[in-house]
Amino acid sequence: MSDEIKNIQVTIDNITIDVAPGTTILNAARQIGGDVTPPAMCYYSKLEGSGGKCRTCLVEVAAGSTADPRPMPKLVASCRTTVMDGMVVKNMTSEKVPDARAGVVEFLLLNHPLDCPICDQAGECHLQDLGYDHGKEGTRYQFARRTFKKEDIGPYIQLHMTRCILCYRCTYVADQITNKRVHGVVDRGDHAAISTYISKAIDNDFSGNMIDVCPVGALTDKTFRFKNRVWFTKPVDAHRNCTTPGCCGKATLWLRGEEVFRVTARKDEWGEVQSYDGKTGWICNTCRFETKKTESWTIEGVTAISRHSVIGANKYKTLVTPNETVKKVMKGVEPKLLMDIHSVSGVNNPNIHLSDINGPAHSGDFKK
Amino acid sequence: MQALTSKAKQVSRKPMSFTERMYLPAIFKGMMITFSHIFKKKPTINYPEKQRPFSPVFRGMQILNRDEEGRENCTACGLCAVACPAEAITMEAAERQPGEENLYREEKYAAKYEINMLRCIFCGLCEEACPKDAIYLSETFAPADYQRKQFVYAKNELLIPHPKENPEAYKKALGNRSNKSTVN
Repeated sequence: MSDEIKNIQVTIDNITIDVAPGTTILNAARQIGGDVTPPAMCYYSKLEGSGGKCRTCLVEVAAGSTADPRPMPKLVASCRTTVMDGMVVKNMTSEKVPDARAGVVEFLLLNHPLDCPICDQAGECHLQDLGYDHGKEGTRYQFARRTFKKEDIGPYIQLHMTRCILCYRCTYVADQITNKRVHGVVDRGDHAAISTYISKAIDNDFSGNMIDVCPVGALTDKTFRFKNRVWFTKPVDAHRNCTTPGCCGKATLWLRGEEVFRVTARKDEWGEVQSYDGKTGWICNTCRFETKKTESWTIEGVTAISRHSVIGANKYKTLVTPNETVKKVMKGVEPKLLMDIHSVSGVNNPNIHLSDINGPAHSGDFKK
Repeated sequence: MQALTSKAKQVSRKPMSFTERMYLPAIFKGMMITFSHIFKKKPTINYPEKQRPFSPVFRGMQILNRDEEGRENCTACGLCAVACPAEAITMEAAERQPGEENLYREEKYAAKYEINMLRCIFCGLCEEACPKDAIYLSETFAPADYQRKQFVYAKNELLIPHPKENPEAYKKALGNRSNKSTVN
């Protein structure tokens, strides 16, 4: 090829890598992987135009390029800065970056409520991870936090504007993968809020993907609301033949026993929806909200969960149930149980199927 | 044969003397020791009537706390259950409905909350994990019973008495450590 694209060399945290021209620093760092990668709250590789809003991915550029090796005067947002040949980037090795990032986390948490014990996103929340990894203990903010009323966006999605960090990812989802966007950011500054125009319901086939891209608990699945904590459910990979055009039918089921409590798209190591053969694996609302029976799915196996995640706590890593050997050894005599836990315990009552309740459980649901 | 230790003692096969054969002096000597104990300080107490004070770090049965208005503190966040090394705690959450604000402090609450005292090892990690000041290990034992099913404690058995409806029982449930807990 005559016009062969020449790869350019960039050094991030003393690791040199060849990348295609036009790659952003963040994506170059993701190609290296590991601790070198800056965190990102608003940038989403699958959504065109996202990024540049939250400033968590700030990095220090120690040398601009081979042609002009002067350092950049200020920290730059790595999701929006493209690499140059011979660029030297400092992320974790920089002295300025951890301090700047702690400041960004503090700003993001200014108005974010500390209601993690209630929030359904806790355990898989990017802001929670960011706060633990890069934030400082305690807050210096002394004023009343910005609060909004809870809002129903369509029949399946609950919006807690109070928790929103205004990353704009959900609006990009609506613009790029659904037919019509009916929600957006209204008002400005401190009053800026995600909303639908006069609370118009979102009834789009792919609106549920907003939940998956939301880095915090601002957009949550109403069918999963308060059903269980994320870390008590068991994620398994499953697929079904979905007839909705554009739906990949590959999903993660979040099980409690045999019950499907929640269906989400499969996530990759950066917390983004996985791609299959170059196509992003968005799933439709039928798969996500209306297919809550294990029979409708073909289960492939247990989802791989990071060792450091609370979601992997106290779980068997396989789907194989161990064989009961007592009956075999005792020549067909069943073991005598001293106590059937369901006769005593009210929790996990086999007659109450929480997955059948469309929305959070209420006091009346347990009185059956 | 060489002895294994220097403490080895040869058994005396010497025939007993007359006084030794009478046994009475030896019995008298033994009874003296027995009688002398009557005048010594008793190391035991009569348990149900008298009780020893608990150590300030004693960890007994769990209690679910209420706030000063009597609303349940627990919001079913599940941190106690995930922290529990014995997996003794189970719960199911529900959403608070309008009209239930006087019962539950937060918009989500534990509709069911159970601790299996047969599994509990009283380590106190649930108390440490709780972000809502909702669970404490009290100064009471889990009482003994003949049946296993009595040891699965449901929410109504774990909850502290209502501070307004039943202030005496509430004060009693707070125990001797309540003075210290008001400091922080």
